[in-house]
Amino acid sequence: MSLLEVRDLRAGYGMVEVLFGLDIDVNEGELVVVLGANGSGKTTTLRAISGMISATGSVTYKGQEVLGKRPDQLLGMGMSHVPQGRGTINALSVVDNLRVGGISRKDSEVDSDVELWLERFPRLGERREQLAGSMSGGEQQMLAIARAFMARPELLLLDEPSLGLAPLVTREVFDRLRDVTADTSTSVLLVEQNANLALQFAARAYVLEAGEIVMAGPAEELQGDEAIQKAYLGI
Amino acid sequence: MNDFLEILVVGIGNGAIYAMLGLGLVVIYRSTGLLNFASGELAMFSTFIVWTFWNFGLPMWLAILGGMVGGFLIGVLVHKVAVSPLGDPHERPLAVVIVTIGLFLGLNGAAQLIWGTVDKRLDPWFGVSQITVGGVAIAWQKIGAVVVLFMMVLLLWALFKFTKVGLSMRAVASNSESSALCGVSVQNMLMLGWGMAAGIGTLAGVFSAPNLGLGTNLMQLTLVFGFAAIVLGGFDSILGAVVGGFVVGILSSVVPQYVSVFEKMPLAPAFILILAVLLFRPQGLFGSKEVARV
Repeated sequence: MSLLEVRDLRAGYGMVEVLFGLDIDVNEGELVVVLGANGSGKTTTLRAISGMISATGSVTYKGQEVLGKRPDQLLGMGMSHVPQGRGTINALSVVDNLRVGGISRKDSEVDSDVELWLERFPRLGERREQLAGSMSGGEQQMLAIARAFMARPELLLLDEPSLGLAPLVTREVFDRLRDVTADTSTSVLLVEQNANLALQFAARAYVLEAGEIVMAGPAEELQGDEAIQKAYLGI
Repeated sequence: MNDFLEILVVGIGNGAIYAMLGLGLVVIYRSTGLLNFASGELAMFSTFIVWTFWNFGLPMWLAILGGMVGGFLIGVLVHKVAVSPLGDPHERPLAVVIVTIGLFLGLNGAAQLIWGTVDKRLDPWFGVSQITVGGVAIAWQKIGAVVVLFMMVLLLWALFKFTKVGLSMRAVASNSESSALCGVSVQNMLMLGWGMAAGIGTLAGVFSAPNLGLGTNLMQLTLVFGFAAIVLGGFDSILGAVVGGFVVGILSSVVPQYVSVFEKMPLAPAFILILAVLLFRPQGLFGSKEVARV
């Protein structure tokens, strides 16, 4: 059974429809990527799944219909959303950002988890007391990911982590992401423009064009697909 | 020399009041990122509540507690009724600022309706006696103001530094969307900010009223000094509000005494200070510079 099952998802902003009935599955422990160009509806897809905007259709998470729930309710069920543009809390230090990430938890291990994540992302560990807003883009992205993990999620929704990052930094972020998701056996639904890189890390991929899924399959197959290579890989 | 010291004492006493009002402004700024133009009127309104309890025969400390609770509830109500329907203040800052200006007028009118336009008398919390130190008379009321101020500062500092609620409030002020995604209830934090700010403001009113007389214009000048205090200290800094409050209090009592131009316009030093700080150090003495990468 899939961890996340999205069926016929439709959403938009006011009168403007953006998504025209998406079907997406994420299995447990899987890293799934939704590829798409600017304006294809990637961010909207994640916002609709995590309840930040209203949507119709069906979103089943852990066997339960969750469409209409608020982000904080979904967070309580183990779904954590890293918004586009990283969404670090700029006026807070690295440590405080991580603490905010764990704020919904009731257990007593939050402080030790903060230390754990500072170890897993050594570049954050070096900058414990630095204000998040003064860090580099790559560091902020890592902080945003680490902060999302502070909630001990089972499913991570990750919105275009490569945005505004240099290629080398993007690769570093993806490397860290792969390590920590494997360590914690967390499932990931990633939306990305950087198909080349994302396909190397993902198990399966969907291609989103103008609010519709036009192609889906194992990442390896899509990497070899001619249309994909032309549209996204620049080969 | 003694003259100067006595003027200084007056300045410190006033400064403590400005700092209290400034603390309320800082708390609102820290939770919403906005200036609250109604904070003076909220303080005035809850001071009238204090007066009502006190006039009813309650001991002063209990009346003040009642006024602070009343102020807190009014702050919460203001948020619920007038601010939160506008949505996230970080997205519509101007709308919220205009609401606070409307509240300024509304609260003033409501206070006139309820308590009339004749000034009320509120006794000083710490009595009228004074001690003499080195030939300078210091009223207990002034010492009380400074002590109460420092207790408030300690409480607030501990709240923001050590508690989950304080962390959540700081997070919401900086990035409400991300905070919501982390499970912070943004609206609850904003509501709490409004309540706390109004509760703290009550103290500023309670210390102002015995000198100025308790009328509906009680806090209007004080608000200007309170703004000057946080502009100088930094909008988001508790320490800044305190230092700023004392500097503004001392300046505005000392300068008019010795510089004859300002004799007839005691507000002017505060305005000049605001202008100078905004020109040369806009984040204030202790405020954090906005950090953002673009």
